[in-house]
Amino acid sequence: MIADFEYFAPKTVEKALSLVSQYKEEAKIIAGGQSMLIIMKQGLLTPEYLIDIKGIAALDYIKYDEGKGLRIGALTIHRAIEKSPVIQKHFGVLSETERNLATTQTRNWGTIGGNLCHGDPAGDPAPVLIALKAKLKLASLGRERTIEVEEFSKDYLEVALEPDEMLIEIQVPIPPPHTGAAYEKLMVMKGDMGIVGAAVSITLSPGNGVCKDARIALSNCASIPLRAKEAEQVLVGKTINDSLLTKAGEVAAAETNPPVDVHGSAEYRREMVKVFVKRVARIALERAKVG
Amino acid sequence: MKGEPMELKLTVNGKPYELKVKARTLLVELLRNELKLTGTKVGCLDSACGACTVNIDGKAVRSCSILALQANGREVTTIEGVAQSDKLHPIQQAMIDHGAIECGFCTPGMVMSARALLAENPTPTREEVREAIQGNLCADEGYVKYIEAIEMAAERMRGGK
Repeated sequence: MIADFEYFAPKTVEKALSLVSQYKEEAKIIAGGQSMLIIMKQGLLTPEYLIDIKGIAALDYIKYDEGKGLRIGALTIHRAIEKSPVIQKHFGVLSETERNLATTQTRNWGTIGGNLCHGDPAGDPAPVLIALKAKLKLASLGRERTIEVEEFSKDYLEVALEPDEMLIEIQVPIPPPHTGAAYEKLMVMKGDMGIVGAAVSITLSPGNGVCKDARIALSNCASIPLRAKEAEQVLVGKTINDSLLTKAGEVAAAETNPPVDVHGSAEYRREMVKVFVKRVARIALERAKVG
Repeated sequence: MKGEPMELKLTVNGKPYELKVKARTLLVELLRNELKLTGTKVGCLDSACGACTVNIDGKAVRSCSILALQANGREVTTIEGVAQSDKLHPIQQAMIDHGAIECGFCTPGMVMSARALLAENPTPTREEVREAIQGNLCADEGYVKYIEAIEMAAERMRGGK
């Protein structure tokens, strides 16, 4: 079972940061632990010190401002994001994503920050946040920095946090007018980790309907949440039609380096990337037309 | 010190406890092994089956995927705490009346997921009921009867009968 560790439950960010700065690599931060306890039970993670930040109430918030955009505290549970009226109204794609993220039980305890810091390329929020051009606020003692979500994942289960740093906040900018976004993933059963998933955001030029900007990010298609930049360029500057969406899917599939497991071969995943990029981009496009 | 028992204060089924537990103890281990509340089942111990579902502060969570110390200061309800003395909870009664229980292993978890749902939403749609027990696997595939029983319980709790 789980190996012994020394446990701390700081109630403030400052206290948590002073603990991580003291113990650095020997310590792991746990939030909801919905992913971390699984690998601790498997013996794959055996920290000397466990710093439980779930009780830091100051990092549990959802704030929306028409200028600054959406700010989500790192310790906000998935369920709160799913059910938040302000997120449903202004960032519907985030709420939709949460509805298929694991189960109600997991969403009731697991946090958005924990999910991102776990760094699983199959995770759902990261590609959606990349499509939405979101940033992360990270802090260490006496220092803060922000980083694009796109830059945060480094490798499988590896993120750009320094040993003395923790994630504080997720910042999502207000998208330009005529922007639509969507995310879907291929599941055996609702709530499963996606075999593959695609997040797409499309911005149209007002008037002529030409694609002004596009972002495509994929889950479970590489060792990190993967931005399919070449596929984006298939759409940008064009009037999007069905054959262009097919092309974008094909280009995206060629950009992937998918994992191989019992749920699918690399070939199968690439085929599904074609299907999902096209399907999700079409939804994003329709939303952009009315957005 | 690593491995040294730590203080834990929580409420379980309305009763306050002050305990000492090792930090690595999972909530389900505390409930079953220390408090002898064995109604909460261990199916997979891997966040997959939902048999260990309990309510913390009224919300459905998996007790195999939470450290006991993370429940510090919180209110935990297990299947042993849902009936009122000898009167079963309406969800339990509806499951019996509707014949929803087959082998029964997943039932405590189903009841706890349904209890959290109906506390939050007394008039769930069928889709909402399905979503609420989506994380509770039944090896007998008895989902339809469970869904219908939860709907029956919701109706009774709204004062239908």
